[in-house]
Amino acid sequence: MTSNESAVLGTQPAATPQRLPAAAGRLTSLRRRLGWVGIACAGIVAVVVLAALAGQFLVPYDPTVGSVTQRHLGYSAEHLLGTDQAGRDIFSRLLAGARTSLIGPLIVVITTAVAGSALALAAVWFGGKTDAFIGRVLDVLFAFPSLLLAILGVAIFGPGIVTASIALAVAYVPYSARVIRSVALRERNLPYVKAAELQGINGLTITLRHVLPNVWTQILTGSTINFGYAIVDLAALSFLGLGIQPPAADWGLMISNGQESLQQGFPEQSLYAGLCIVVTVAAMAYIGERLGGRAAAGRSKQ
Amino acid sequence: MANIIEVAGLNKTFRMSSKHEPVRALDDVAVSVREGSCMAVVGESGSGKTTLARVLVGLETKDSGEVAIGGNPVTASLKRKEQRSRARAIQMVFQDPNGSLNRRLPVGSAVDEVLRAHFPLTAVQRRERVAELFASVGLNEGHAQSLPSALSGGQKQRVAIARAFAAEPKIIVLDEAVSALDVSVQAQVLELLHELRRDKGLTYLFITHDLSVVRNIADDVIVMRRGQVLERGPVGDVLDRPLTAYTRLLLECAPKPGWKPRRGVIEHLNSEIAS
Ligand SMILES: Nc1ncnc2c1ncn2[C@@H]1O[C@H](COP(=O)(O)OP(=O)(O)O)[C@@H](O)[C@H]1O
Ligand SMILES: [Mg+2]
Repeated sequence: MTSNESAVLGTQPAATPQRLPAAAGRLTSLRRRLGWVGIACAGIVAVVVLAALAGQFLVPYDPTVGSVTQRHLGYSAEHLLGTDQAGRDIFSRLLAGARTSLIGPLIVVITTAVAGSALALAAVWFGGKTDAFIGRVLDVLFAFPSLLLAILGVAIFGPGIVTASIALAVAYVPYSARVIRSVALRERNLPYVKAAELQGINGLTITLRHVLPNVWTQILTGSTINFGYAIVDLAALSFLGLGIQPPAADWGLMISNGQESLQQGFPEQSLYAGLCIVVTVAAMAYIGERLGGRAAAGRSKQ
Repeated sequence: MANIIEVAGLNKTFRMSSKHEPVRALDDVAVSVREGSCMAVVGESGSGKTTLARVLVGLETKDSGEVAIGGNPVTASLKRKEQRSRARAIQMVFQDPNGSLNRRLPVGSAVDEVLRAHFPLTAVQRRERVAELFASVGLNEGHAQSLPSALSGGQKQRVAIARAFAAEPKIIVLDEAVSALDVSVQAQVLELLHELRRDKGLTYLFITHDLSVVRNIADDVIVMRRGQVLERGPVGDVLDRPLTAYTRLLLECAPKPGWKPRRGVIEHLNSEIAS
């Protein structure tokens, strides 16, 4: 910095200040971080999201209505993936199921991110007793396996996609709060945060303006990973009859519905629904791993 | 003139864990600073200078002792209103210019948010004031728009100084504010600090481990070692007629103008007198 700086510090500070990175630059760096497999995964996720958004308009048949005469048909031009035990078109159900299969995890992820960040940031800002208290509460939640906690929540508040998702979110919060706290704590101890504090700027402003944007990547990456976990866990809840209720189309529910057919030699609907879950989760998980890894969701120990 | 900073019998001990020995960072420290003067605090690394500064501005709690600024006792936990009024009384420039600015925001916003917290100004007025403050530390509006990564260490430290001035405090604590800078840049920033103090009638607590800069900027000096104040007095007296071997050694190690010590020399000598 020697010669450069002296020049700049002279009578004319003729620096060439570098502006904030452009959106295009960000896209390039995202591509570099994801790699080609990651881009393919993003493509898969995009297809699933598209199905979730527009699936109900694209379905060739009503996903919830079947015909007794059409049970367990094999794949054909009319029924691309065949029909299930109630004579409903499996392809239509998969397409329509994308929505419920994504909405649940979306509720889980958003609730987890909001609650986890709020708790973590409050713990970090106030420190001391508040931090210790929040830590204790999270420890108690940690003691329960996520799914068990979710089942407990559903048992109390009744089954359904919203209760199941929120119950699951409560179970996820300690993981995300723990990671966000550690990142936020590092930020809080940086001199610039201390300087802002010394300036008499209030804690909420500092937290929102300085700490939150610097843990934002962490929150997003954690959410990607949590999304994968949530699809699987919600599918499990649906499978147990605690999540979304029949006859709605949902991948987890389809696996569950396919159980009997499976024994009768018609594995199609369970297989396809399972495949949808596995592929979606794998794609999400790969993206999450590339962006920051399971550590970002506080799951590295699992 | 009245003493604007009054510290007496100040103690602070850090207990890391049961395994480590507790560290007496401040051991019965007393300091008085006249309003409008510049008090230098010198001493080897680990002598407690930063801890003294942090207690003064309220970032650290004291174990015991009296700390008063402008006659008001200082405590670490304050209500919102007291925090704001203290911000108007005392500010600090931190040692590390890299950590002292948010890497995601244009540096001008660091000054802008201070103005927003303390003065009823419109956005336009604030922008003008930011430009003014930047100009007073030798930076322009272009710098205010840039991210910290686009600025040199010296420029970042100037921004930190502009921020410290923004709330118009009476006292500024400078913790090794120029130590991370190159010698030539150091001289410029020191000159700048000197002018600002003269123009605004400020009081400085100037912390450094480098005695060569003390003569240029300070009126009085205290010499610290292992949390204790070994010597105190006007700069001329202490530097020309040091009473302790420690101060003499610090003086010998101090770089002469235009001469830079090899890395490790000071550390080596410090460890020698410590043993
Ligand atoms: N937060 C802390 N926790 C534990 N020990 C600390 C802490 N801050 C400072 N110390 C110790 O207190 C002593 C004085 O440190 P400091 O005030 O930073 O010295 P200086 O600024 O003169 O280099 C050192 O031994 C340091 O290790
Ligand atoms: Mg220090």
